[in-house]
Amino acid sequence: MAIVDLKDVTYTYPTTDSPALRNINLQVDEGEFVAVIGPNGAGKSTLCYTLAGFVPHFFKGELTGTVEVAGSESSQSTLHEWVLNVGLAFQNPFNQISGAKYTVFEELAFGLENIGVPRDEMKARVVDVMELTGISDLADRSPYSLSGGQQQRVALASILVMQPKILVLDEPTSQMDPIGTREVFGVIRKMAEQGMTVVLVEHKVEWIAQFADRVVALKDGQVLLEGTPAEVFTSSIVEESGFGISRYTSAARKARELGLWKSHRLPVTLDEAAEGFSQALTPDPPSASLRDASRSPGGTGE
Amino acid sequence: MNIEIQDLYFKYPGGVEALRGISLTIEAGEQVAIIGQNGAGKTTLVKHVNGLLKPTSGMVRIGGWDTTEYSVAKLAPRVGYVFQNPDEQLFSKNVETEVAFGPRNLGFDSEQVQRLVKDALAMTRLSDKTQTNPYDLSATWRKMVALASVIAMDTPIVIFDEPTTGQDAMSISRVADVIKTLRERGKTIITITHDIDFCAENFERVIAMAQGRVLLDGKTNEVLAQEEILAATYVDPPQLTRLGRRLGFKQAVRNQEEFLAVLKDKNAS
Repeated sequence: MAIVDLKDVTYTYPTTDSPALRNINLQVDEGEFVAVIGPNGAGKSTLCYTLAGFVPHFFKGELTGTVEVAGSESSQSTLHEWVLNVGLAFQNPFNQISGAKYTVFEELAFGLENIGVPRDEMKARVVDVMELTGISDLADRSPYSLSGGQQQRVALASILVMQPKILVLDEPTSQMDPIGTREVFGVIRKMAEQGMTVVLVEHKVEWIAQFADRVVALKDGQVLLEGTPAEVFTSSIVEESGFGISRYTSAARKARELGLWKSHRLPVTLDEAAEGFSQALTPDPPSASLRDASRSPGGTGE
Repeated sequence: MNIEIQDLYFKYPGGVEALRGISLTIEAGEQVAIIGQNGAGKTTLVKHVNGLLKPTSGMVRIGGWDTTEYSVAKLAPRVGYVFQNPDEQLFSKNVETEVAFGPRNLGFDSEQVQRLVKDALAMTRLSDKTQTNPYDLSATWRKMVALASVIAMDTPIVIFDEPTTGQDAMSISRVADVIKTLRERGKTIITITHDIDFCAENFERVIAMAQGRVLLDGKTNEVLAQEEILAATYVDPPQLTRLGRRLGFKQAVRNQEEFLAVLKDKNAS
């Protein structure tokens, strides 16, 4: 059942003439992990703000259509009611830190204090979320003394600790190193498996392809295409419209022109690419490449 | 203009030892990417190149100048530095004034300033936005303004700190074009990046850092082939390098061209 239901949503920021979102229709099921992609300026952050209730409650402007989350409608609710359902991690973690707390531990408790969670439960939840997001060693540091990647983990943790029904993440790994990125995607996936609904804005195609259930491609404030990662990332519309696609897809597309990719489906992930290219190279198994593949180190999440 | 770093150690006032014995030379006209996990010391290292930080011990020389003997202002004509976050360096009321600030400050005459600004704006495709306030532009274009404002200073050494963070595919290819143009002009370029595919496709030499030390330093293909050491720097090899390895390629490939070339060879044999 859809826990997020956007019907014909059009939104225009105050003092601008043209809408940032145009006739968006989007349903997300409970526990689904949806990735939103699109060029800069496509309306991705505005969509996040809309799901989180900042549009229209904070930014004002003109919203038409209906935004329904967990059975209530945003225009009929207060922001205070809304935050209990939806948590948003900002694109720039620096903008999200309260500025009112001296340590990461206290920062993570800030939201819980505001909704009146009992002290013991609050402590337990903060300890758990630090463990989950790999920041236990930062508990006593000032949130402002952290690197960009560390701040992003704190920003994510401060939302997860609220246990929202819907988690909205705006480029949560933009300042992280590649392996940190993979860890965070693992955490997000785990949250989705535990029933949290996730809407994630991200440019990193390889990780979306591997972890997300569905991809929504936005352009000029409209939904251009949606489907499984494979459907969206191998679509020629998406490539022609200036979206990032995986190197595996573009290499296979080129190889197909050269007669070196036989399958009619293009790959999005490393596994799909390895399988397809092995077939193209070696009609008679067992092949050297397949032996190599089986020997490659396991547990890398690929 | 070359960069010589010998046995460089650096400790922040709080006591964190961010660099622990770095030695390397970057020749004039070389393009080098620095990769490694958050907190490895990448930004601390490049801040020694423009003199923002001075060694706790060891030596940094820029075109023969020992940075401890020259102020940041004196080093400015030699080293340009584009910050990770453009908002930390933009302050003017329009794009043209912003970009003109650097060269004017270095003492170029007004004709030269005009020429440098025009050139930098063309390179970053900002020519139609000269009168716009930088803060009315999207984050992507603000990044371009930050790039242009440093390019216009025409320094022999240019440093880019995370030029592709948060950028879409189109914008990343614009950054790649800028780096290519600067390479053709013989500039020495140092780029810090987490985007390993971008690194593989645009740089000939890669330095991988972890915990204040250099773990790997060499030709891009050679460095990217060292999967286990790279893992210690929290970096995965590029997508096509990993794919090549899975397919049993003997050499590490770093871009689509190299990948397809090996594929063709294997298919023919």
